[in-house]
Amino acid sequence: MTSGRMELVCPAGTPATLRAAVQAGADAVYCGFRDETNARNFPGLNFSGEELAEGVRFAHGHGSKVLVAINTFARVNNVDLWKKAADTAAECGANAIIAADIAVLDHVAKNHKQVRLHLSVQAAAATPEAIGFYVHSFGVRRVVLPRVLSVQEIAALNRAIAVETEAFVFGGLCVMIEGRCYLSSYATGKSPNLNGVCSPPEMVSYDDESNGTAARLSGFTIDRYEPGEPVGYPTLCKGKFKAGGKTSYLFEDPVSLNAGGMIAGLKAAGVTALKIEGRQRGKGYVTEVVRAFRKAIDAVEQGGDASEIDRILARQSEGARQTTGAYKKKWR
Amino acid sequence: MSGIALTLGPVFFHWSPDLLSDFYRRIADEAPIDRVHVGEVVCGKRMPFSDPAWPEIIERLERAGKEVVLSTLAAPATVRERKSIEDLCADERLIEINDVTALTSRSGKPFVTGPFLNVYNEASAQFLIQRGARTICPPVELSLAAIGEMARACPEAEFEMFAFGRLPLALSGRCYHARIHGLHKDSCQFTCERDPDGLAVDTLDDQQFLAINGVQTLSNQLQAFCPEPADLTSRGVQRIRLSPHTCDMVEVAKTYRALVDRKEDSDGARFILSCLDLPGTLVDGYVYAKPGWQAKASI
Repeated sequence: MTSGRMELVCPAGTPATLRAAVQAGADAVYCGFRDETNARNFPGLNFSGEELAEGVRFAHGHGSKVLVAINTFARVNNVDLWKKAADTAAECGANAIIAADIAVLDHVAKNHKQVRLHLSVQAAAATPEAIGFYVHSFGVRRVVLPRVLSVQEIAALNRAIAVETEAFVFGGLCVMIEGRCYLSSYATGKSPNLNGVCSPPEMVSYDDESNGTAARLSGFTIDRYEPGEPVGYPTLCKGKFKAGGKTSYLFEDPVSLNAGGMIAGLKAAGVTALKIEGRQRGKGYVTEVVRAFRKAIDAVEQGGDASEIDRILARQSEGARQTTGAYKKKWR
Repeated sequence: MSGIALTLGPVFFHWSPDLLSDFYRRIADEAPIDRVHVGEVVCGKRMPFSDPAWPEIIERLERAGKEVVLSTLAAPATVRERKSIEDLCADERLIEINDVTALTSRSGKPFVTGPFLNVYNEASAQFLIQRGARTICPPVELSLAAIGEMARACPEAEFEMFAFGRLPLALSGRCYHARIHGLHKDSCQFTCERDPDGLAVDTLDDQQFLAINGVQTLSNQLQAFCPEPADLTSRGVQRIRLSPHTCDMVEVAKTYRALVDRKEDSDGARFILSCLDLPGTLVDGYVYAKPGWQAKASI
């Protein structure tokens, strides 16, 4: 769609991380309100209306944009809470609202025409026809792409549509199509779509047993660790299971996404914006990751080669287990 | 009589054309079902196998007096898959929309929203009703209370509850049947055909938990929502959906028919279902706004 400079979109779980991300070079930050209207509804995170207004002033003062995620699905008989969140975001001067629910998109399109609408990854729009529906119905200007598409598929999609696309490059990796995954509510009663949480911390337990430490979610054993082995968080789709006579990380290894090495490929595929996941992360982490990706994107924009980008991003690759996810077709 | 209609949802699994033909022949002749969904919903790669079987199956069902709905793919990706949706959208029959992809082509003509389409509130439902939604089968994680609230606010459409079968919980771009056999999706060898009800996924402590079916993840347990008909009708829910498995689906349909016609009570119906050769135990937690794996008896 575009051959312009790619935008770096960074997470802001708190006012402090918003400032950190802006100062580290984010072109835009995304954040949400302190309630179930956004998909990262964790205790201690997110913004009040006043904090958002202040955050917008700060970001705009530094030449950055603020995108507000109102991207859970509105609860029946309580759609007004979601509409009100959109109204507050608009009043605060947000540059865009990121939404997935038809009711929320419709409300913003009808009442806040000056605010750009971005289609959340939670809407799982992955075909020209689905994207066309959102563009024609609500004037959506940008689509955040599901994390299950390959770079080739993204390139083909961009050739067929007339709106911007945004792709995740770093952080958590959902291996299921987002917005259409009920694994968390099946096990725990709390879900991304309804409650803004996946595999919620209050349902997690670590039990030391004779055969190691069991990491459990809502009583289901998601993984087990030898004494001394680092213990991971029992996210459902990154768990170890038994199926077909095998024990394996059936859905995905406990890895996170790092597509830093594919920035140039994503640019060639026509992606407008690159998104870093992690609104639950602290200031130090956000600063470090945003700085590295700022440099890497600038290097790509100036025609830098792959080894230069790898050197810039090297710190992000140390130690942690990472993947380029679905961007490479063999992942499937 | 309660006036509650029975719907047979689409087969989620990779059944051979012969198995599909035999299955629907029995449904046509013996099952007290009002509406039958046909078509591939989960994986477009399976369509070349089943596509040739559908015309005869549809004819057979319609001759038996069943209303046939053509179900569309839940996660279309390729040009061929998108074309298949466009073709189905042009059909005069009712179609089931399982991805927003179909909305543009079908807008203005009647459709069913399937459980893969996110309809979580009355405002979204009304938007879709204005564009042709006639029946709404909301996502499986919604409770009866929530669906009832939506139904009350949208009297122009029928609301349908997912009542029987493994719960469809997630879709991915990755094929788990291929992955477990050391293959990639592009060369999957259709290993999902070996598991006609899905492949059980247990925890490390042998707890029954999930099941895989190609790119789809389901519950290991089977939803068995056995409502009091008066409770459904008072909330404005007019249909219940049964999802096909290899167990005796005619018996399942007869059990639900007896339940909605008040010839069998809720506990009796659940007991009859539990006696069938099922791939998992019976649950209904979602209906009561609990975790989906829970069963009413333990709540």
